[in-house]
Amino acid sequence: MKNNKHILSILVDNQPGVLSRIAGLFSGRGYNIESLSVAQTAENSKLSRITLVTTGDEQIMEQIKKQLHKLINVITVNDLTDKKYVERELILIKVNARTDLRAEILRIVDIFRCRVVDVGPDHYTIEMSGDEGKMEAFVDLLRPMGIIETSRTGSIALPREQKKQK
Amino acid sequence: MKLKGAEILIKMIREQGVDTIFGYPGGAVIDIYDTLHKTPELRHILVRHEQGAVHAADAYARAKGSVGVALVTSGPGATNTVTGIASAYMDSVPVVVFTGQVPTALIGNDAFQEVDIVGITRSCTKHNYLVKDPLKLARTIKEAFFLATTGRPGPVLVDLPKDIMAAMIEFEDPGEIDLISYRPTYHPNKKQLGKVVRLIKQARRPVILTGGGVVLSKASQELTRLALMTRIPVTSTLMGLGTFPGSHPLWLGMLGMHGTYRANMAVSECDLMIAAGVRFDDRVTGRTDKFASKSKIIQIDIDPTSIHKNVEATCPIVGDCKNTLTLINQMLEKECLEISRAGMEGSVTEESGMEGSVTEKAGMERSATEEAGMEGSTTEEAGMEGSTTEEVCMEGPGMESGISCIQGNPGERDAWLDQIARWKAASPQRFEQGPDVIKPQFVVDTLHKLTCPVSDKRLSNGASDETSSKEGLAQGGDSAGRPQTIITTEVGQNQMWTAQYYLFDKPNHFITSGGLGAMGFGLPAAIGAKAACPEKLVVCVAGDGSIQMNSQELMTSIEAKLPVKIVILNNRYLGMVRQWQELFYDRRYASTNMEMSPDFVKLAQAYGAEGFRTDRVDEVESVLKKGLETPGTVIMEFIVEREECVYPMVPAGGAISEMLLV
Ligand SMILES: Cc1ncc(C[n+]2csc(CCOP(=O)(O)OP(=O)(O)O)c2C)c(N)n1
Ligand SMILES: [Mg+2]
Repeated sequence: MKNNKHILSILVDNQPGVLSRIAGLFSGRGYNIESLSVAQTAENSKLSRITLVTTGDEQIMEQIKKQLHKLINVITVNDLTDKKYVERELILIKVNARTDLRAEILRIVDIFRCRVVDVGPDHYTIEMSGDEGKMEAFVDLLRPMGIIETSRTGSIALPREQKKQK
Repeated sequence: MKLKGAEILIKMIREQGVDTIFGYPGGAVIDIYDTLHKTPELRHILVRHEQGAVHAADAYARAKGSVGVALVTSGPGATNTVTGIASAYMDSVPVVVFTGQVPTALIGNDAFQEVDIVGITRSCTKHNYLVKDPLKLARTIKEAFFLATTGRPGPVLVDLPKDIMAAMIEFEDPGEIDLISYRPTYHPNKKQLGKVVRLIKQARRPVILTGGGVVLSKASQELTRLALMTRIPVTSTLMGLGTFPGSHPLWLGMLGMHGTYRANMAVSECDLMIAAGVRFDDRVTGRTDKFASKSKIIQIDIDPTSIHKNVEATCPIVGDCKNTLTLINQMLEKECLEISRAGMEGSVTEESGMEGSVTEKAGMERSATEEAGMEGSTTEEAGMEGSTTEEVCMEGPGMESGISCIQGNPGERDAWLDQIARWKAASPQRFEQGPDVIKPQFVVDTLHKLTCPVSDKRLSNGASDETSSKEGLAQGGDSAGRPQTIITTEVGQNQMWTAQYYLFDKPNHFITSGGLGAMGFGLPAAIGAKAACPEKLVVCVAGDGSIQMNSQELMTSIEAKLPVKIVILNNRYLGMVRQWQELFYDRRYASTNMEMSPDFVKLAQAYGAEGFRTDRVDEVESVLKKGLETPGTVIMEFIVEREECVYPMVPAGGAISEMLLV
């Protein structure tokens, strides 16, 4: 069976220890976490949303979802993979910005519609968001300039609103 | 109303109907013990090691069919509970463990006797809590009991900082517990049940597999009813033993690594498996791709994660076993009634032939029923609330003639049962007791004869093909005078021989550490079971190695006046490991020799218990009799054949049809 990438949106009680239960479940059962992002939801401070990217064949994914659901603090588990959804990641990149490179970097920033959020004599820090593909393309273009450091969130995602059927 | 934190704890425990808790004090729980001291209604049993407290609470819960409670101090008290918790977790036993914790202000400071027990037990509890807010204390305790006992049960741990136990707190009854994130599915999907009825009617070679979930949901009667009504043979996991009477003709014996030949063959050849409350552990399935590979599988479980985990189910049903089996039985009964009514209204000439065969079938069924009727009395005695076979098979008038419609094609079913009888004849589960050295199986077999209800004639006669039973052992006794017997075991060969040769007729009477296989379980478990059921005889079947893991609990048994009988099968080996070394490691007995053991008779005496020992075949029965009759806690040590192996055996990872037979 194929090991496919899945993006899970998990609604949990906003309580200490919940993240550790989820992380423990993945490590204890030998599942893989590719990326993870967590924050309290804006609509209800008692809840947090975890967006987790993992891989597994069909049978493993079924177990992962059921095991997650079995955790007492987990309220819903939504596998967005086969649904319509919007996904974003955010990356901050500090890149070498010698005078001879600056114009080129700014051009790339412009093409990707992202922005420079910090400037120094030798560097730019660029903020950019998008899906994974866009992010990788962007990083690849900057690599030759010399990337100093990066910080990147995991994916966050929400399903698209279903169109009402007439 | 203001109450001390510790008072709230005790109040909430008592509300659960728990009359006994098991524990060990320490600095962090001293306030709780102070309150307990003033609460004589709640009995506290002082164990000698915290592991024993949890095993005892586990067995208390299982013997009583309710929840068990353990109470220990912080740090080392808490870490000592981990094995007990893990065992209860693997066997889904409702246990609530309360651990003391350092005062909230000190948490995280590496304070004296501080451990992060919530972190440590996260992966072996159903859920756990650290109470930091005194106002949430009552609710948390109630939630803990609610989670432990509902859905798929399991252990829940509550960590209680010392300052919270000492604080005066405004007590507010937490009311009903309702958690949005926790809604176990008790009621099965009706559409799936229709499929089950169809599958049962079409099956040519069906088998029922019963497991611990049937014990937990108290569905043994419903399961038995299903089997008898449909004439489907029954096998069981280790945890399911007793949910179907071990003395019944439809009983196949245990399944799996040390299952009977006929059970393993029947599962390998069946075309329909009805699995209730099982999780398809590797010790049961062996190689999963060869497990029931010719079969459709109906799997009933309250925990969705048990389904499609190891074995693919054709017809998965998420639901409580009792509810589900009740509904299936009702649907099957309805089928029978409809068919028999249709039969009565049908045209005489054409139908008469068929009718004839139906009647014949019903006649056969009646004789089967009669046969089982003998069982009926056993079962009734056993307290299985009047599930006589007659009642089981023939609900309404007119059901007899319809019953065959749910028993598949009569010829095919007979052929299937014949095939099973042939497997049984080809390789019965048996041992041969010679004149010289005691066979461990003989001890278990004799123990069974001495403690099973006697009125069941087939046990002393008909079962002799199963064992090399000496007839008449059990005769002369009267079941009316005999208490019911709960058997606990240690782990290893002793455990497997007990599972094989002690035929359990009712649930909650066989208590063993199944999923974890924790040596040291048997003795504290026996004490817990005795606390739950003081009127019953409690016997722990032990190995010479395992008994040494918690033998300190002898003192608990004596001090608490909870007399238990311990049967040690002393092979002077860590026998089960030695067996693997013999079979798969060229007899290199690395570190499994246990010739150095204490004198168990003197050990018993040192604690103030009685001790008997024999190495003579002709004394097995008399020593057992004497030991069982002697009041108080007794050790009976049997010096048995050193290199006896448990057979049949499926080598780990092999197909269950490929057994080593002797
Ligand atoms: C706590 C623990 N440690 C180790 C084991 C591994 N183990 C399984 S069976 C067994 C041998 C048990 O020996 P004994 O109690 O004498 O029983 P026998 O098999 O000889 O009947 C061992 C060491 C275990 N199950 N539990
Ligand atoms: Mg031994």
